[in-house]
Amino acid sequence: MARIDLADIAHAYGPRPRSEADYALKRIDLTFKSGGAYALLGPSGCGKTTMLNLMSGLLVPTQGSVLFDGIDVTEQTSEQRNIAQVFQFPVVYDTMTVYENLAFPLRNRRVDGAVLDGRVRQIADMLGLTRSLGQKARRLTADAKQKISLGRGLVRSDVSAMLFDEPLTVIDPQLKWQLRSQLKTLHRQVGNTMIYVTHDQTEALTFADTVIVMYDGRVVQVGTPEELFERPNHTFVGYFIGSPGMNVLPAWVEGRTATVAGHPISLPRTYEKPSGTRIELGVRPEFVKIAADGKGLPVHISRVDDVGRFKIARVRLAGHALNVMVGEDVQLSGVAAAIEFDPSHLHIYADGELVEGRA
Amino acid sequence: MDKVVNNRAWFMVLPVLVLVAFNAVIPLMTVVNYSVQESFAGNVFFFEGSKWFEQVLHSERFHAALGRQFLFTGIILAIEIPLGVAIALAMPRRGPWVSVCLVLMALPLLIPWNVVGAIWNIFALPSYGLLGRTINALGISFNFTRDVFDAWFTLILMDVWHWTSLVVLLAYAGLMAIPDAYYQAAKIDGASRWAVFRYIQLPKMRRVLTIAVLLRLMDSFMIYTEPFVLTGGGPGNATTLLSIDLVKMAQGQFDLGPAAAMSLIYFLMVLAMSWVFYTVMTREEART
Amino acid sequence: MDAGTAAHRRGFRRLTGIAMTLELRNVTKRVEAETHIADVSLTLARGSLNVLLGPTLSGKTTLLRLMAGLDVPTQGQVLVNGQDVTDVPVQKRSVAMVYQQFINFPNFTVFENIASPLRVAGVASAEIDRRVRDAAALMRLDRFLERYPLELSGGQQQRTALARAVVKRAELLLLDEPLANLDYKLREELREELPKLFVEIGAITVYATAEPSDALLLGGNTATLSEGRITQFGKTVDVYRRPNDKATADVFSDPPMNFIAARITGGKAHLPGGTSLPARGPLAGLPDGEITLGFRANHLYLRAPGPDAVPVTATVAVTEITGSESFVHVMHEGSRWVALAHGIHELNPGAPVELYLDPNRVFVFGRDGRLMAAPAIAAAA
Repeated sequence: MARIDLADIAHAYGPRPRSEADYALKRIDLTFKSGGAYALLGPSGCGKTTMLNLMSGLLVPTQGSVLFDGIDVTEQTSEQRNIAQVFQFPVVYDTMTVYENLAFPLRNRRVDGAVLDGRVRQIADMLGLTRSLGQKARRLTADAKQKISLGRGLVRSDVSAMLFDEPLTVIDPQLKWQLRSQLKTLHRQVGNTMIYVTHDQTEALTFADTVIVMYDGRVVQVGTPEELFERPNHTFVGYFIGSPGMNVLPAWVEGRTATVAGHPISLPRTYEKPSGTRIELGVRPEFVKIAADGKGLPVHISRVDDVGRFKIARVRLAGHALNVMVGEDVQLSGVAAAIEFDPSHLHIYADGELVEGRA
Repeated sequence: MDKVVNNRAWFMVLPVLVLVAFNAVIPLMTVVNYSVQESFAGNVFFFEGSKWFEQVLHSERFHAALGRQFLFTGIILAIEIPLGVAIALAMPRRGPWVSVCLVLMALPLLIPWNVVGAIWNIFALPSYGLLGRTINALGISFNFTRDVFDAWFTLILMDVWHWTSLVVLLAYAGLMAIPDAYYQAAKIDGASRWAVFRYIQLPKMRRVLTIAVLLRLMDSFMIYTEPFVLTGGGPGNATTLLSIDLVKMAQGQFDLGPAAAMSLIYFLMVLAMSWVFYTVMTREEART
Repeated sequence: MDAGTAAHRRGFRRLTGIAMTLELRNVTKRVEAETHIADVSLTLARGSLNVLLGPTLSGKTTLLRLMAGLDVPTQGQVLVNGQDVTDVPVQKRSVAMVYQQFINFPNFTVFENIASPLRVAGVASAEIDRRVRDAAALMRLDRFLERYPLELSGGQQQRTALARAVVKRAELLLLDEPLANLDYKLREELREELPKLFVEIGAITVYATAEPSDALLLGGNTATLSEGRITQFGKTVDVYRRPNDKATADVFSDPPMNFIAARITGGKAHLPGGTSLPARGPLAGLPDGEITLGFRANHLYLRAPGPDAVPVTATVAVTEITGSESFVHVMHEGSRWVALAHGIHELNPGAPVELYLDPNRVFVFGRDGRLMAAPAIAAAA
């Protein structure tokens, strides 16, 4: 395993990038600690796969360098970098058995018989593939094939990092739970540097210790799942993380008070009058409550969606749409209600960026 | 899959059925008719039963032609398939050169067969053909109209030139269908160039290659025009393949009975080979 | 967006097809020896939104094809408005279909893509123009009519395909995992938008998906599919809250439902490992015998939720943290469970953990897998 540094890296797919818009990935400095579990999260086209391919060596950056344990590997191939990668669609060697598939990377590296056999069986056991070792890989289900792709990476004891490119795309929801938790367990067992690319927040947050949220070729925020949830740096992160995303309301802020649609809301921190043309208040649906006593901001309930575990009340506060999370047992009746915000979870944004207040 | 039951559809195919009857069934039945009768001038026929079949099957001439046919088919398959795959592998996967390569590859396939024969006939002539003169200039005596080896050499070279493109195009289509992730995974697994070919490209090309072998097998078995124009079956009978022999017998000697019997045997052989291949292919399909 | 809705609504009325009902009567589809659909009977009402929920290979696509008339059932009948249309080919039925892959004509503009079914039908061009603009407004594509599909985002491409399906004014709108290839966040938004559109279109909509969360957000009715059979059909929330059997509960649960074998004797449910649950809620008044208990991840607690809750000891396998919640995977007497707890709980793998089971929140299944009792809705309200 290795520490990976992306030093002042940028990438454009075209030959002569002129403006910033030509870059799929715009000037990034990042460090991936050895043995960490990372996720690159963002919508399609945000540059996350480009970043992954720069690390794996499938792409050479337009500028900047890639360092593995401090050594410049920018010009090295994937094989020289000694990384392992699992792709969106499972890659198996059709004509080989499961055993031969797992043994393949070792055979290519001239690993000896007994060591090879032991290693293959150990990994097969870890992945629950022992019983199908003798089967032709082609005949297996999508999730078993994806386990083989994963196994071919794990079987090499010396890989510098394991990279995953949306590996659960073709897996049924029920099996996703198994595979995901298995991945997490594997990370704990083998302690490799693992980097996981996805657009699915649940996959990113549950897998990674550190999540890198990307948008339009830029890194928007790097943090633990908790930080991303509790304190989004940007309204985009607030929207992208959480289901449904953060409510964002235009506000007028002064001192410890925000005014939304004429209603004063007290804030946990003091703000100087923030500079910026667009000042907004952000609050997650988890931290909005329907006030039991009817005292609070008056809202109009337009719809309640029962999604099983909880309900989502779609409400309007003076023309602004908000989502409110309601417990599964709560019955809402009528169209008028009042809401209150959890004061410790309110954030102020100026032109999309989080504004630090004073305690 | 999308089966729609409607009996009126049969009327739509009726013209084709009539056409096929005139085109295939009636001539075929005429041939069957000839194959069991002795014919004399003035359209006089005697029933001979299986006499012609026995005669053809036991004749040295047929054995020799059949032997030459197998040799020819075997050699061109052994050259065209690996060569076609090799060229397909060497072609670029993307970029502006792709269409240039494809057009170049398609060119020989677009030339009419008799023209191919004529081109090579002139090309290989020892007196003023570019190929013939060059070889002779190198100090190697070359004359495809007199020397058996030279005739075969030219014939095979011509077929390889004419038909390898077909194998290339099929193999190339098979290669293009392989997702990039396979190559990337193989790189990461540290696979050698050979391993990539053996475990990714070859298995994924298997189906199109089966089709390529089948097409080349059938076509080479029925080849007529090009060798007829190039060598006319000579020198002697050295390049007289089955079809050329058949025409010689039917038209040159007017042995309608034996020629008809031979046509039927020939037809059954091609049919049998097609069937074997079809079965093998569909079984392969069912397994995957 | 809102100002447009009224205008959309006016447009919809014109888009609306003739209402109808679709009935499948004992439909079976076999291909060679394999049964893809086994004895399915289903009646879909006019203007309804119906979700077909099931994992890969459960028969969702086959069922859609049978409804469309793309496949003919091996046995059984398909009826439209009470009339047998089993052998009527798809061209003669009023059907539109949208697939998982974004299928558009790449060399046509969005306008021409949407117009294509009308051009085929030979509709007058003034009429085409009007209908295409209505459908585009409905799918919020008004600004992209002159673009080509490849210049659009995935969501816009799929909306183009949807608009093309809508513009036909088909009586039956079939969607085969239409959002599966879209980003998570985009999927979330479209899931919220689509039900409104479906209601306004007024056709019978059938929406196939493998994601329980799709079904819950879309609402309407849900038919759960398992191995080619419909295990239950009813209002989506009702199927979720009262699954008829284990198979349904299994299909309609994300994370998967937790199960445990138990035995009822002396008015208590005895679990392996020596724990027993008092006969409260669904467990009250059950006869003695073998049962299976099922409970959802959010009903396996790290803190006692009430006085009836009983602690069970399990071993932590792995913990997943989403930022606001934790999924704790545990092993209990050989079965694997998932508990969903509020807040961040980092538990060490291999460590023992006390989890609480609330008898008021369990589903009780008999030995044959049929539901015997379910938690009362709004039990703890």
